[in-house]
Amino acid sequence: MRRLLARELRLSLRHGSDSLAALMFFLLAGALFPLAIGPAPETLGRMAPGIIWVCALLAALLPLDRLFGADHEDGSLDLLLLSGLPAAGVALGKAAAHWLTTGLPLVLAAGPLAVMLRLDEAAIPALLLGLLPGTAVLSLLGTMGAAMVLGARRGGVLLPLLVLPLAAPVLIFGAAAADAAAVGLAARPHLLLLCALFAAALPLCPLAAGAALRSAAE
Amino acid sequence: MLEARNLAALRGERLVFARLGFALPRGGALLLEGPNGAGKSTLLRVLAGLGRAEAGTLHWGRHDLLTDRIAHAERVAWLGHLDAVKPGLGVAENLAFWGGRAEVATALDRMGLRRLADLPARMLSAGQRRRLALARLALSAAPIWLLDEPTLGLDTAAVAALGKMLADHLATGGVVVAATHLPLPLPGAQSLAMAA
Repeated sequence: MRRLLARELRLSLRHGSDSLAALMFFLLAGALFPLAIGPAPETLGRMAPGIIWVCALLAALLPLDRLFGADHEDGSLDLLLLSGLPAAGVALGKAAAHWLTTGLPLVLAAGPLAVMLRLDEAAIPALLLGLLPGTAVLSLLGTMGAAMVLGARRGGVLLPLLVLPLAAPVLIFGAAAADAAAVGLAARPHLLLLCALFAAALPLCPLAAGAALRSAAE
Repeated sequence: MLEARNLAALRGERLVFARLGFALPRGGALLLEGPNGAGKSTLLRVLAGLGRAEAGTLHWGRHDLLTDRIAHAERVAWLGHLDAVKPGLGVAENLAFWGGRAEVATALDRMGLRRLADLPARMLSAGQRRRLALARLALSAAPIWLLDEPTLGLDTAAVAALGKMLADHLATGGVVVAATHLPLPLPGAQSLAMAA
């Protein structure tokens, strides 16, 4: 498992453009909102949590179709399935690599973006704390989706259709946590619900993804 | 001993082969021969536990290979018709997932790739990529080697190196099942004719 993670991280460092593209997309899409809806601090600050969460969700989807696609095309997936790890373990390793190369950079970039969008300072910790389990859930759901569309024609189009509805609760509770903190309410219930989503996705998504990988290999 | 009885497999909706059986003692080699589409690759995938057998049994000694695929995976070394080489990584880095530094160096030596160890794999020719895939095979300690067209694109020196590697593997009590159209350096191998 550690070797799989090291391999994935080394590969994504070599093909740095994939994770960099997701990060740039996140920052650029976020920067477009002040241009489109005007720079008035109160409007922007009010909408900032929603903007950041939607942008993070879409940015996390970007590198997904290459997650298993490249390995499937060059035959590496067969070798990974024969490496002695259960298929769910391979999927979990992939999800962890996706989070480290995409989710974590998004969390780090969300702070500056939040300041740029004039989010209330009191809400920034709640936003970042929510993004931490939130992006992890997105990585897990995304891995599951990517494994399911493997081998399908037009998988890239199908993938967001599968993942976005499942990601809706993450979006709702994540944005609600930052909103609550901005108006002085407790963000804790929303954050706990996000953690609960993470706890459910952690075992379920790799199992589903593993089964999907098996059937893609057959 | 690797023993298959009454195996059948589907590809899509089509029956590729049925009532297929063989028994391969330790140290034995089996060549799968037949025209394109005869199901040689499908059979190899079934033997590896990647594909699904619709019927039949498959045993390695006392172990049933069709029920516990994860335990079976540890006994299998796989060389598919794709090379599974990552162009972005170096030649030695490509093997790092499958073995330690010293073993990787020996494996590269065996296939004559030592000189190229630090080169990015995208600079390799098709034959050199195949040799890299074979070097990965040399890293494996698994007893069952499953090879799909192993000599594709190899020059005569590399075929000789492959022959040496296969002979060493058979001498340690391993088995080799290979699908091929070209003559392989495997003296004394049984062959299994598959019809389309």
